[in-house]
Amino acid sequence: MSDILAVADHRRGELRDVSYEIITAGRELADQTGGELHLVIISGTVDEFAEKANRDGVDVIHTVDHGEEFNHDVYTQAISQLYDECGPQFVLAPNSVNGLDYAPAVANELDLPIVTDTVGLESDGETLVANREMYGGKVETTVEVDSGPAVATIRSAEWPTAEGTGDASIEAFDADIDEDAVGSSVNGFEEVGGGDVDISEADVLVSVGRGIEEEENLDIIRDLADALDATLSSSRPIVDNGWLPKNRQVGQSGKVVTPDVYIAIGISGAVQHVAGMKGSDTIVAINTDENAPIMDIADYAIYDDLFDVVPALTEEFQ
Amino acid sequence: MATHETMMKILVTVKEVATVEDEFDIDGTAIADQYLGADLNEWDDYAIEEAVQLQEDGVADEVVTVTIGPEDCEQTIRQALAKGADRAIRVWDDSLEGVDLLDVGAKTDILRAVVEEEDPDLVLSGVQSGDDSFGATGVSLAADLGLQWGAVVNDLEHDFEDGTASVRRELEGGVEELTNIELPAVLTIQTGINEPRYASLRGIRQAQRKELDVQSLADLGVDEGVVEGDLTLTGMFEPETESDVTVFEGGADNTAGQLADLLREKGVAP
Repeated sequence: MSDILAVADHRRGELRDVSYEIITAGRELADQTGGELHLVIISGTVDEFAEKANRDGVDVIHTVDHGEEFNHDVYTQAISQLYDECGPQFVLAPNSVNGLDYAPAVANELDLPIVTDTVGLESDGETLVANREMYGGKVETTVEVDSGPAVATIRSAEWPTAEGTGDASIEAFDADIDEDAVGSSVNGFEEVGGGDVDISEADVLVSVGRGIEEEENLDIIRDLADALDATLSSSRPIVDNGWLPKNRQVGQSGKVVTPDVYIAIGISGAVQHVAGMKGSDTIVAINTDENAPIMDIADYAIYDDLFDVVPALTEEFQ
Repeated sequence: MATHETMMKILVTVKEVATVEDEFDIDGTAIADQYLGADLNEWDDYAIEEAVQLQEDGVADEVVTVTIGPEDCEQTIRQALAKGADRAIRVWDDSLEGVDLLDVGAKTDILRAVVEEEDPDLVLSGVQSGDDSFGATGVSLAADLGLQWGAVVNDLEHDFEDGTASVRRELEGGVEELTNIELPAVLTIQTGINEPRYASLRGIRQAQRKELDVQSLADLGVDEGVVEGDLTLTGMFEPETESDVTVFEGGADNTAGQLADLLREKGVAP
């Protein structure tokens, strides 16, 4: 009972980056518990995925060849059965949209505690101690899980991806999937956010967030974007409110952008947003809150009211 | 028009979340009281709206909310009633006083008892709460009850043909998964699925007269030992900042001028 069982994430024929990050997180934890790192790959072209995931640090890769795409019932059954077979101390899953669709069910099925969205993990072999944020990233907490096995989900981009070719043994696991218990089915996928503008192609983005307060105030942001010959983008709340179309959304569920200059106006910088723009060359933040998380990655900042700064900036270019 | 045969009953999980001011102090493993506020959880606002719209579309005939929280949060619960929910259940217990982190397992045990009592066709919960952000209770609850589920739903069709919910799940990177889920089910609702309404004055007046039923753990037949849970909050601190930001100082005209110079230097609109 000292092994780690980590679950890979893939979609539409591609292993997602978090699959390589979870190898790093799992290896670190296995070194602390003195056990082996087992990785399980469920559904899709599992043999091909197993080759790719065979990187430094993995001891055993289990493949479950069942169906093409993600199904939470298949995942829950397969992981629970593999858990019973391998008896790991901790189960790690990605804190992805799909991870959150099966990890709580696995914990419930196995009657284990679950701690989600962790950004740090430590163990003495018996007890899991996790770091995670609360209040939208305003604080970080340390959470101790009762001694014994547990399920944890890891936030993406917190651990580096595992590199280097590994020498894991690859074993097919013959999970006994009860099809009658599968109560949901996937009919397809749709790319959203197409349309007239591709913000990921822009050299300069003027990006607006919750600080704009009202839809009619967007005009001052549009005026700035026009004056700078830049492209308008936004954080999630603006799109949720229906003020801008989905193709303007920067972030985890929107587009990842890497412009030369990213001007974040009234954007606090929630982790989901930062995931979509941290690769920008130069980041400028205009925000009254000096402690906003956006300031951690901004290169330049103005701590002032956007309603004063933005019109003044526009005027500079007219 | 609804094409199903019977009207649905919907249970919405509603949480009052703690909000934190920009400047705050940490006192032990909690944020000092004077910096805390309270609000309806943002994700739950969308779940309530979706339920109320299902009722307005003639698909549902009853919308019930359930909240785990002390008497102080009744104002937040009344907000949900003012927006159109029919009645509310509030679960509270002396044993819940002073619990600083109610974990997923504990919430599941408590909410399960309410779902069993209410027997809804559909349970809507927010994807996560804005304070502890576990994002796991809805799925855990469904699995515990043997119901079907879907996490991170940003579109729900209102016709429920053949007792099935047709949803879109919002995956990362602007991709949506089109999924059919058999009822009864728990759906965790993502922001942006609809436009939550503001409560009307009439709604607010009516909410005062709607039933708000308070239940203890004993009333629900839940052992009070569940509140202890498996997780203990042992530390809280401000995240280390690695900020090396250059700050432009001065009045707006001054800072705008400095930023304009920088932008020209970077080749923006020279």
